Amino acid sequence: MSNGTAVLEEVTQTPAVKSTITSSPQEGADDLPLWFQQQREQGWREFSTMPNPTRKDQAWRFSNVDALDLSPYRFANAPSDDEQVEILERSAMLNGKSGRLIFANDQLLERDALPESLRKAGVIFQPLERALIEHEDLVRKHFMTQPAVLGSAKFAALHRAQVRAGAFIYVPRAVELELPIEIFHWLVDENAAVFPHLLLVADELSKITVIEHFRSFDQTAPGFACGVNDLIAGRGAMVKYICAQRWNENVTALQINATTVERDASAMSLNLHLGGSYSRFESLSRLVGEGARSDLLAVAVAHRKQEFDARTLQDHVSPHTASDLLYKNALDDRARTTFGGLIRVEPHAHFTDAYQKVRNLLLSDDAEANSMPGLEILADNVRCTHGATSGQIDEDELFYLRTRGIPVKVAQHLIVTGFLNEVVQRLDQAAIATHLHRLIEQKFASGAD
Amino acid sequence: MQQLEIKNLRVAIGENEIIRDLSLSVGLGELHAVMGPNGSGKSTLAKVIAGHPDYKVTSGEVFMDGENLFELEPDERARKGLFLAFQYPSEVPGVTIANFLRAAMQARLPEGEELEATDYYAKLYEKMDLLEIDRSFTSRAVNEGFSGGEKKRCEILQMAMLDPRYAVLDETDSGLDIDALKVVANGVNSLRGPNLGVLLITHYQRLLNYIVPDFVHVMVQGRIVRSGGKELALELEEKGYDLIRDHAEEPVAA
Ligand SMILES: Nc1ncnc2c1ncn2[C@@H]1O[C@H](COP(=O)(O)OP(=O)(O)O)[C@@H](O)[C@H]1O
Ligand SMILES: [Mg+2]
Repeated sequence: MSNGTAVLEEVTQTPAVKSTITSSPQEGADDLPLWFQQQREQGWREFSTMPNPTRKDQAWRFSNVDALDLSPYRFANAPSDDEQVEILERSAMLNGKSGRLIFANDQLLERDALPESLRKAGVIFQPLERALIEHEDLVRKHFMTQPAVLGSAKFAALHRAQVRAGAFIYVPRAVELELPIEIFHWLVDENAAVFPHLLLVADELSKITVIEHFRSFDQTAPGFACGVNDLIAGRGAMVKYICAQRWNENVTALQINATTVERDASAMSLNLHLGGSYSRFESLSRLVGEGARSDLLAVAVAHRKQEFDARTLQDHVSPHTASDLLYKNALDDRARTTFGGLIRVEPHAHFTDAYQKVRNLLLSDDAEANSMPGLEILADNVRCTHGATSGQIDEDELFYLRTRGIPVKVAQHLIVTGFLNEVVQRLDQAAIATHLHRLIEQKFASGAD
Repeated sequence: MQQLEIKNLRVAIGENEIIRDLSLSVGLGELHAVMGPNGSGKSTLAKVIAGHPDYKVTSGEVFMDGENLFELEPDERARKGLFLAFQYPSEVPGVTIANFLRAAMQARLPEGEELEATDYYAKLYEKMDLLEIDRSFTSRAVNEGFSGGEKKRCEILQMAMLDPRYAVLDETDSGLDIDALKVVANGVNSLRGPNLGVLLITHYQRLLNYIVPDFVHVMVQGRIVRSGGKELALELEEKGYDLIRDHAEEPVAA
C-alpha cells in the first residue's frame, strides 16, 4: 500500500512508464475517503477504455486532436525553494481579496486564509484534499456531478482519476463576500502536468467572486493542464467566476466547466484565453430553476500558431430562464479559433431568453476562425438569437487612429482592446477589468517581436 | 519654408480625377478658409494631406515645413505636427477618449519615456472645460453614440491636446447648432497663434463670422478657382457658388 503522495512516489518502481499521467493512479491513497478513491478508479477505467477523439466527432470538428497525445507528460515534483519564492512574488494580482491559494505542479504552496469574520459566518475556502476530509459530505454531494457532455468525457475521466489539487469553496446562506477569492495554478517543469480543480458551492442568496489564474513559470517549457471547475449558484445566489488563462504557448490545456444555476440565481463567468498552444474550453450552463440567469463571457487573443477551441451548451431546463453568451476572439498570424455552441431549450422551459453572439476579429489573412452556432428549441414562447461574425479591422478606423500619431501596431492593439472591452466591461468589476486588460497588453507586447 | 504647401496636386479615385492641379500654401500663423460646394473634393484634399490609403496621388506634392509628406506614413505626419479634424470622425468602440488621447500623446514621447498621468489629466480637463465637454466623456468610447455636435467638439478637443503645427479642419461646423458653433469657434480661436497654421474647410459662410480667416479660397471641381481676403466669403454668400462655378467650368469642359 502506498501513501497519499503515491502518484509521485510510484515513479521509483518503474519510472519510464509509471511517471506519465497516462499510467493508472495509485491503489488507495488511504487518507482520502473511500468514495473518492472509488471515483478515481472509475475515472481511470473510463479514461482507459474510451476512444481518443477524432475530427469526425462533431464535438471535435476543426479541433487539433493531435495535440492530445499525452504520452510526454508526467507529474512533476514541487518547485525548488528559489522557484517557490519567485512564484509567490509573481502571484500578487489583486490588492483587495478575501483569500488566496497558490498551487504549483499541483502542490499547495501558499494559503491566505479567509478573514475571521467570513470563517465565523461559515464560509469554507480550502484546498480540495483537505475539504475532502473536513467537509466530506458537502464535497461528495457536489463533486463532478455533471457529466462532461461537450466532447471531453475522456479527459474529465482522466481528471477524476488524477486530480490532487484545487479549491473547495462554500458560501452559506445569505453570506456575501465583498472581495474576490484568488486561486493560482502554476506549471513549472518541462512536460509537467496539472489537474486544477475548483468546486464552488454558493448557497441561497449568497454572493461571491472567484478569480483563477493559470500560469507557467517558464515561458517555453511544454506542459499539460486538464482542469475542471464546477460552479453551483443556489437559489438567488450571485456567482461571478473569472479565469485568466496564461499558460505559456507550448502548453496543451483542457478546461471543463459546468455551471448550475438554481431559481432566481445568476452566474457570470468570464474566461480570458491567452496562453497554450492548443487550448480547449468546454462550458456547460444549466438553468435549472425558474428565473435563473447565466452570462457566459470569453475573450481569446490568439497569435502565432495558437489554437483555441471552445464548446458551449446553454441548457435551459426551467421556464423563465435567461442566458447570454458573448465570445470574442482576436486572431493574428496563423492562429485558429473554433467555436461550437448550442442553445438548448428543453420541453417546459417556456419563456426562455437565450442569446449567443460570437465575434471574430481577424488581424491576419492567414488566421482562421470557425464558428458553429446552434439552436435546439423544444418549448414554446421562447426568444433566442444567435449569430457569429468575422471581420477585419475597419480601415477608416485604423486611419483615424493613425492621424492622431498612433503607430499602426499600437493602433491595432488599441482597436482590439476596444473590441474585447465590451466583454470585459460586462463583469462590472473595475479592479479585475484593469488586471485583465494588463494581461492582454502583456500578450500584445510579447507578440511584438 | 514655414508652411503647409500643396503643389500642383492631382488625386484620383479609380479612374475619377477628384483633385485637379490644386496649389495652395498655408503659412504658419495663418488661417485659410477653403469654401466649396458639396462634391468639389474638399474632404478628398484633407484626407490626402493626412495620408489616407484609398486615394491615388497622380502628381504633385505636399510639403510641411519643407518636408515631403508623401514620403511619410500617416502617423509620422501626425507626430511631426499635422492634424486633421474629420468631417465624419470614426467611432472607436470600446476605447475611451482618455485612453485614446493618452496613446496619441504617448506616441509623441521618446522611446522609454512614460506620459505623466497627472499632467495629462490636468491638460485634458482644462481643454474639456474650454470646449464645454462634460468630464464624464473621458470614459466614453471615442465617438461611439456621440451626436454630430459632440463628435465635432471631440475633434477640436483632440486638436487642443495634440498641439499641431498645421491643422486641417474639415467641416467642423456642419451639424452644429449656433451655441455649439460658438463653442467650437471659440476653441479654435483660442488655439490660433503664430505657431499654428489652419486650413479651414467649410461649406457655409456662417462659421467665418466666428472664425475670421486671413485668406479665403473657393474650390470647385477639384481646383481653387478664386482666392482672396475674408471679404470673398461674403461675396460668395451673396452671389452663391453658381456664379463662380460658371467661370470655373469653362476650362474643365475644354
Ligand atoms: N472613397 C471614395 N470613393 C469613391 N468616390 C469618392 C470617395 N470619396 C469621395 N469620392 C467622390 O469624390 C468627389 C469629391 O468628394 P469629397 O472630397 O467628399 O467632396 P466634398 O468634401 O467637397 O463634399 C465626390 O464626387 C465623391 O463622390
Ligand atoms: Mg466633405
